[in-house]
Amino acid sequence: MRVPILKQGSYLIASIQDALSDEDLAQLQQELVARVGQARTRGVIIDVTALDVMDSFACRTLRDLAHTITLRGAETVIVGIQPDVAFALVRLGLSLSGAQTALDLEDGLALLDQHLQRGNTRGR
Amino acid sequence: MDSRSWTSTCSGGTHVVGESRVPIKQGGDIITARQQGRALAAQLGFSSADQTLIATAISEMARNILVYAKVGEIIVRPEHNGKAGITIIAHDAGPGIPDINRAMQNGYSTSGSLGVGLPGTKRIMDEFLIVSEVGKGTTVTMKKWKT
Repeated sequence: MRVPILKQGSYLIASIQDALSDEDLAQLQQELVARVGQARTRGVIIDVTALDVMDSFACRTLRDLAHTITLRGAETVIVGIQPDVAFALVRLGLSLSGAQTALDLEDGLALLDQHLQRGNTRGR
Repeated sequence: MDSRSWTSTCSGGTHVVGESRVPIKQGGDIITARQQGRALAAQLGFSSADQTLIATAISEMARNILVYAKVGEIIVRPEHNGKAGITIIAHDAGPGIPDINRAMQNGYSTSGSLGVGLPGTKRIMDEFLIVSEVGKGTTVTMKKWKT
C-alpha cells in the first residue's frame, strides 16, 4: 500500500490512507526524504488520520522520519493522531519527541506557514 | 528459566466460538492480527479506546514474533470467567528469551527497537503472563476485562 505524496507550494503532504505495514512505513520514509531534496521542500506534513493503531515501530519510524527531514533542512508536522491512538501512545509510554504535531491538515499547514513566515504567499 | 510448557485448548483441537487464529509470517499478518482482535473486542462490547489498546497490544506482540522468532501465531478469543473479557495469546517456537526480567525493563532491547514493547504492553493489559524457554519458544498470554 503506497502512500500518495502531494506537492503544495514548497510543502509535501503525505496522506496515509490505510493501515500500513512496517515495509510501507519504511518505504514512505525513504521516498519522503528523497523528495524533500528534489522538490526543495520547506515543510512536510504527514497525515495519520487513517491510522487506527500506532505501535512502537510506527512511532519510532515517524520520529526518525521527522528527524531525518529536519536534517535535510525542512520541517515536519504530524497531523491527525486520533484520540484513541493518542491515549494508547501515552499508556504505552511512547512519544514522538522532537516531531511537531497538529490537530489536522489545516492546522498543520498554518503551523508551517507561521514557522516559515510565509503568510499568505504559500503557492497552491 | 521457566520450563512450563503451554498446554491448553490452543494446542488441542477444541473449537471455541469466536476464537480466531492468525499465523504470523510476514509484515501484513501483523495488520490482520490486530484487525481480528479489534473486531472481536468490538463484538464483545469493549469501548473504542479499549479496542485500540487491544489492537496495539496485538501489534506489539505480533511484531516481536516476526523480529525474534520469524514465525508464530496470534490467537484471540472471548473470555467468560465470571466476567467478560478477551484473551490474546502470542505463541512462537523461536529462540526464547534468556532473561525475561531484563526483557520486561523499559528501554531494554536486543533488536535496536525502543524497548517498550513488552513492558508497555503489560501496562495496557489487565493480565500478562510470559512463559519462555531458550531454544523452545515463547508464549505470551494477555487478558483484558470489560470495565
